[in-house]
Order: sequence, then structure tokens, then C-alpha cells
Amino acid sequence: MIKAVESAEHSGGAGQQAVADHGGNGHAAAPRVVRVRILRQDAPGEESYWERFEIPYVENMNVISILQQVAARAKSRDGRRVAPVAWDCNCLEEVCGSCTMLINGRTRMACSALVDKLLEESGDEIELRPMSKFPVVRDLVVDRSRLFRALERVKAWVPVDGSYDHGPGPRISPESQEDAYPLATCISCGCCMEACPQFTKIEVVRREDESAEAFEARKKTAFDAGFVGAHAISQAMLFNGHPTGKMIADERLEALTSQGGIQMCGNAQNCVAVCPKSIPLTRSIARAGRAATVWAIRKIFDR
Amino acid sequence: MAQPRVLVIGGGLAGLSATMRLAELGANVDLVSLVPVKRSHSVCAQGGINSVNSLTRQQGDNEWKHFDDTVYGGDFLQHQPPVKEMADWGPRIVDLMDRLGVPFNRTPEGYRDQRRFGGTLFKRTAFAGATTGQQLLYSLDEQVRRWEVDGKVKKWEFWDFLEPVLDDSGRCRGAICQDLVTMQFRAFSADAVIIATGGCGLLYGRSTMSMVCTGSAVSRAYRAGAWYGNGEFIQVHPTAIPGADKLRLMSESARGEGGRVWVPKTPHDPRDPRNIPEAERSYFLEERYPKYGNLVPRDIATREIFDICTNEGLSVEKDRLCVYLDLTHVPRETLDRKLGGILEIYEKFQGVDPRVVPMKIFPAVHYSMGGLWVDYQKSSGGGLVEGSPRNQQTNIPGLYAIGECDYQYHGANRLGANSLLSCIFSGLFCAPGVIAGVDAGGKQAAEESSRLFESRLRREEERHHALLSRTAGDENPYDLHQQLGNLMTRVATVVRRNEQLAAAYAEVCSLEERWGRCAVSDSGNWTNQNVVFTKSLGDMFPLAKLILKGALQRDECRGAHYKPDFAMPGLQATDPAEKRREAEQWCDRFEANTRRWLKSTVAKCGPEGEPEISYEDVDTSLTPPRPRLYGLVGGEMIEEVWNERQKKAAVAGEGQAVGAGQAVGAGQGKQPAYAGSAS
Repeated sequence: MIKAVESAEHSGGAGQQAVADHGGNGHAAAPRVVRVRILRQDAPGEESYWERFEIPYVENMNVISILQQVAARAKSRDGRRVAPVAWDCNCLEEVCGSCTMLINGRTRMACSALVDKLLEESGDEIELRPMSKFPVVRDLVVDRSRLFRALERVKAWVPVDGSYDHGPGPRISPESQEDAYPLATCISCGCCMEACPQFTKIEVVRREDESAEAFEARKKTAFDAGFVGAHAISQAMLFNGHPTGKMIADERLEALTSQGGIQMCGNAQNCVAVCPKSIPLTRSIARAGRAATVWAIRKIFDR
Repeated sequence: MAQPRVLVIGGGLAGLSATMRLAELGANVDLVSLVPVKRSHSVCAQGGINSVNSLTRQQGDNEWKHFDDTVYGGDFLQHQPPVKEMADWGPRIVDLMDRLGVPFNRTPEGYRDQRRFGGTLFKRTAFAGATTGQQLLYSLDEQVRRWEVDGKVKKWEFWDFLEPVLDDSGRCRGAICQDLVTMQFRAFSADAVIIATGGCGLLYGRSTMSMVCTGSAVSRAYRAGAWYGNGEFIQVHPTAIPGADKLRLMSESARGEGGRVWVPKTPHDPRDPRNIPEAERSYFLEERYPKYGNLVPRDIATREIFDICTNEGLSVEKDRLCVYLDLTHVPRETLDRKLGGILEIYEKFQGVDPRVVPMKIFPAVHYSMGGLWVDYQKSSGGGLVEGSPRNQQTNIPGLYAIGECDYQYHGANRLGANSLLSCIFSGLFCAPGVIAGVDAGGKQAAEESSRLFESRLRREEERHHALLSRTAGDENPYDLHQQLGNLMTRVATVVRRNEQLAAAYAEVCSLEERWGRCAVSDSGNWTNQNVVFTKSLGDMFPLAKLILKGALQRDECRGAHYKPDFAMPGLQATDPAEKRREAEQWCDRFEANTRRWLKSTVAKCGPEGEPEISYEDVDTSLTPPRPRLYGLVGGEMIEEVWNERQKKAAVAGEGQAVGAGQAVGAGQGKQPAYAGSAS
């Protein structure tokens, strides 16, 4: 029953029209410009410095749209030409985990940080800083490879035989699925690590004469001495709860009780407070603690 | 033979499933990605993954019907053997993902739960909340991490693919890539290169796609000689949430779980939608498409929403086009369990709880049905020969394409929840063929001729430095991108007109010329996002041109490609004899149009970077094309006439055409004896 659709010219096409106007609800006290100060750093090991920017206010802005404008203008508030600010982002809907930064001092995702709310909270200037627990690559970009290394340490996977057909996976009750699913939504953003007092920055600098491989190996060793973080503990519990995943439960508990493991958790509970996905991280940590204790005792008697 | 080395570009569902399978088959894999692979755009897929399953099977479903729904929904523009093979693999793929630990929603008895998606009458879609793509991606990411620990896979994250390296015989021997942190270049020698870099939504400025979906890798392969198929077929998703930086997807699963699309009958009714009585609402999809209701295929839902806002003036808001998508009648507990993820996105970004207040949504660019042209080898059973090096191979030997960036599976319109399947299928399925196609001796010869890699590396370095030194130009790449996006969205989405397309082509050429005068605002050589963006913007123009030219030349309506000047409206007559005469004419015209336009568009990059377009016949050997009649006025009469013609043709050519006598209407396909034999 499709009729010829007229006036495409007038209407401007699909998505465009949708973004051409942002509601028009009439924000009486809407500011004309948004001010932002960004802690910048040109490269690892360089001094950091503040730079201020001012961009036109648009309704429904988020921090990403501020940074897009900053990049497009490449001008500081006092009119100097400056290099665009570097930052990480991808999906812009809080599911890829890329755009973590400190916004008005709080670790969170830039895409879901809405400007109107930020201005309500903090007056007329928004502050952006890179995460402090990961080495700065440039400006707001940090190196979070340690986060992925932690997933290797705790063997966060189901140890299947392979990808050949063996029929469906195990039957799982709806209760177990509902228990596992929230843990499986971890986007590896690093917020829980940033907020954790026990998680401290490890920055390994490549030596001039060092090969890429040797540097990688040294980095891994350094990372493995530090705390694995709440996200990795929670992933270990996710897979220890899976009927096939639990077949290597002991190996995960071994990792969680070795150096940098669960014993480092000081129970500050900051992780769960900052998790953008509201993952019950402290519940995972409590479970891991109990499992680790039982496992350690069993290990003594099994000798 | 030594273990082959394969370079995979892109770590979404397709790239990761290929990597996993290749490693398992003994290959060493270099996996290059713009972002850590766990952050790939596949995470944004929400609704689910389609396959026949034990439940639908008992309701009369089978692999053949999944195949038939897919080609009917795609308006028959796909080659049928790959689609058949994919449908046959569906159950095994969902089983595999289940074993890898994907937390699919469960029935009370512990089986995988299923929901219904668009373009089918069966509940074929398995799902993990409303973040199915994320969950599938994570499971594959985990398996690839396992292989990484075992040393079979090496990831190169934050790396950009710049060009494939072809030897003198035209075979792909590797690629040049760039480290986006240090900005250093590196030549990768490989036995095969697989491109798995997804769609090109950023050509349209804002879309539902992620920021990495620039199409640049594909454009670079295209300019190196790879062909591009069906570029003009771009899916505009019916339901997205408008935003300043992005148009966020609102999954079809919202409608699959009972969501209803409506507008107030009074234009711009100022009342709270909850206070508008039923009688004063128009559930226009349900009214116009009683069989499929809110779950008509996407191209149709999109045009109807567009139409009701632009032509009928019934947009919910006066200054902004949108309609209501209403879930408020569904119990909160069901919503949280089955749609939690997407409802949270709406709530977070719009500040309104969609469990209580109907959502406001509007269509947005969502998926590229077209992509790099790839080959396949057909089996005697009508599917594909597993292990053939031709499967998923581009016209450049040794260069493969899989996932959204190939053109193979979705024809003129993709059905919801088929993309996750096609990505994982093409990745898994291509692997043995990639290994079988290795030409080890030739690779060694290419490596020994170090000149080959060195000269390409130097060429890329020179391009890069030339761009870096362009600090004095008068054009801003971000502004140009916005202009390109606005233009493409205006002329090459829901409604297309020849005069607009022709003018837009000229405009894109002028934007490309202006791109040549872009200044970079960052001339440094450390994590320079500015120069990387400028480069990828330059790569958007060749793709924009092939989309526009393909659309301009295709004078018909097919799936997502809709030109009102060539539409075939329903029947007008009420008198039965007259109606029948109109139906005969309609079918004549349909047959003529099929002969003229049932062809894949194939674009080759000309010497000046202009697309040279030719057309390729579509393999419709499994089921003949038939009118796509979802909700068309007079559809029953057309169907009657069409079926009579088919019957006549079948009698005349007794036993010649496979599946002749195919009845009109989705899900009614006759099943040939071999269907499903592969599973």
C-alpha cells in the first residue's frame, strides 16, 4: 500500500530530518555556549596542561558531541589554533566501552554524559581528564591493554573442544541465565579499575634497544604483579558458573589467589558504584572470595 | 606445507569467527583492527540471530523456508546458493554460539527462547536480552583470546589497513597497515587477506553505525581493483532514536515483543500520548499490513513511517519527524527480561522511561546490503562447496571479504536478525577455502622480491606525509564530512529521484575536489586522529559515487531502493473483470522489469576513480523470482494471476525449472527434495 512518497526535497530524507532539530521544546534558560576545560598531554612522559574550549550549545548534547566540535574547530577558547584533542570512542551508545574518561572528576562514559545534566551539576564549565590509572597515550586516550591482559590471566572463556558441531550447549535454567547475563554485559570500560583504591597505575616504558616482543613480555610481567581488578574477578565468576566453563574453575581460582588476585581487594565498593552497566561486582567479589577460601583449604588437603 | 599465515582486517563477528576457525585449522592469523576487537560495531546489534530451531520446525518451518523468506524479503537480488547454505548452517551456528557460552534467554524448561522478527511468520530468532550482538561478539572474542594465548593469533589493535599488496600477476600477497598510536607503517606478508570491516554508514554522516564504520578499508580495496556489488542498496532502519552525534538504534525486537507503531489521528496532537484514546490513534502498519503487522520487512516499515510523516502530515511533533513506538502495554517484567538493554539506552539518552511513555522514533541509515563483490562455488545440492577457495573470494585472488562488507546475502533488503547469522556464517565457512587456496610458492617468491612490499610501503608513507604537510588549505574535513552526510541522506535513502541523484553526483565530485584542499589541524606524528579522519573521509567519495551512480541507473523499485517514478502501485479497479485486466498488466510489467533489472550492480573503479558500472545476472536457480506483495492493494488478484501463469509455464516446460509453480507469498514455497540435506 505504498504510495509515491512526495516532497523528499522538502523533508530532507531519513536520518537527517531526525537530527535537523532537537525537539524544539524551548529550553528557556539554555546557555548559548558550552565551556569545557580539558587536561591534555601530547605523548607519554610529557607534561600535562589544561586547555579551555568554548563551543555553541545545542540541545541534547553529550560529551562526545562537544569533543567532535572541539576537533572540528581546533581552536582554543582564546582563539589560538591548537591540535584537536585526541579521544577514544566508537559506538556512542554505551556498549563498546571505548570512551571512558573523568568527567567533572567522575569516571564514566563520555557518550552517555549529557551536557544539560553536567551543567546542572557543576555550573558553567565541564572538566575532562584522562583516566588516571592507565598510562596516557595522548590527551584523553589511555592504554588499557592491562585490562585485556587480566582477562587472559583469569581464563575468561568457555574451554570448548572447538567449533565443530556438537549440538547445542548445556540446558540452562532461566534463573541461571538471569544470574549470568548481567555479568556478561561487562563492556571492559575500566571504570571499576579507575575507581578502585587498590588498583594503581602501572606504566612500562619501552627501552630504546628493546624489541617489540621483549617489551610486550616485560609489560605482561609488570601487569601481572598488579591487581587484576573487579571486572576480571567478575568474569572469572561468570565462567565458573557456566556448566562447561566451570571445568577449569580451579585454574581461575589459582589465578585469583596468586599475586595481584582477590586478596588485594580492600572492599571499598567503589567499583560497583561507578559501573555504567550496574553489574553486581561486589557480589562477584564476595563469591570469588568464598570460592577462593574453599579452594585454598581443599588444596592443602589434596596435597 | 608450512602453516599458512592469514591477515584478517576487522575483528567484528565475521573477522573473529574467521580467525577462530583459521587458527583451529592450523593457520597463523594476524588480526588488524581500528579498535580493540571487543569494541567492534557488532556490539551494537541488538535483537537476535535467526535460525530454524526445534520449535519452529514442529510448526512447519525448515531451512528452505528460512532461505525463501530471506530471498523474498531481499526482493530476489541475492544469488541463491550462498543464501541456501547460510540457512542450512543456521541451526549449527546458533548451537555453536550456545556452546561458547552466549547467555541466550531461556524458556522455563531451560531451552533457548525465541522471538519473531520481521519478514517471517515463525519465531526463529534466538536472543540474549537485547544485546545479542554484544554477547555473540564477546564469546568469539574470548575464543580468539584463547588462541592468542596459544600463540596462533596476533592482534594488531589500533591499526589501520591502507592497501592490499598485489604482485605482478594480480594476486594479493599481503597489505600495508599503519599503527594509529605511533603512526608507523608496516608491510604484512600473508598467504591470504580477509576484509571484514563492516558497513559504510558514516558516508551518511549520522547513522546507527559506530564511528569506525567509514567504509575506508573497503574503499581502499575497491581502488586497488576489487569490485563492489549492489552499492545502492542501503538499509534504512525504521526505528532509531534521533541524537546530535548519532542516531541510536531501537531494535526491531521491540516490535517482535509486541511493540506497536502509531501516530495520533490529529496532526501534532499536543496531548500526552497516554491520554490519547485508542479510537484517535492510527496503528498504520497494522492497518495496512494485517498479515505481518508491525513486523513487515524493514524497507516497507521505513517507507510507511516516512510517508505518514511527510505526505500525510501526521508526525507526532510539528518541527521534527517522528512516530510513536509503544511498549507500554507489555508487562514491565517481560520488558526488563527481554528488552532491558535497549530500553536503558532510550532512557539514558532521552531521559524518558519507555516502559511508561511511548518512544518517539524515526528511520535512520543502518546497514549496507551491498559490499565487495565475492565469488562462490555452487554445489550439486544447490548450496555451496565447502572448502572451495572461490567462496567469499573477491575478484582479486587471495583477497577475501566477509560479513557486512560483502554483497552476498541480503539482496535488496536485509531481514532483521539475519546479519549476525551472515557475519558468523561467512567467517566460519570461508576458512577452509582460504587455506585450500593458499599459493605458498608464489608467496615466497613475492617475499623474496622485497621490492614489492617496500615500494607499496613507501607509497603509503609518501601519501601520509603529503597529507601531514597540508596545513595551509582552506577546507575543513569535518565540515566536508557533514556536507557529504547531509547530501547522501537527502538523496540516497528512503526516496530516490533521478534529477536529485544526478545533481548529487556532481556535488560529491566537487566535495572530493575540495577534499584535496583540506588542511590538517594536527601535523604531528603521534596518535594523530585528525589525519586518520581526513584520510578516511577521502575514501568515502569513491563509495558515495558508486552508490549514487548505481542508484541513478537503476530505474525500478526493489527492496530498499525506491524510486516513486518507477513504482508499481496496486490495483485501482473495483470491477472484477477490470481488476483482473489490471492484474494481468501488473504481472506483464513485473516480468518485463525482472528481465531488465533482476541483476546485481557491479562497480569497478575506473582510472580516474569514477565507478564503471556493469550488471551481473542473479542466480535464481533454486526458486524463481515472484512479486513481493506484502500488503499491496489488489495483491490477492495479482497473486491469482501470477500463480496461473506459473502453472502454465510449469506445464509447458515440464520439469525444466526447479521450483517452478512456486506460489506467491512468503513462507509458502514448495520444498525441493534436497532442501535441508546439509544439516
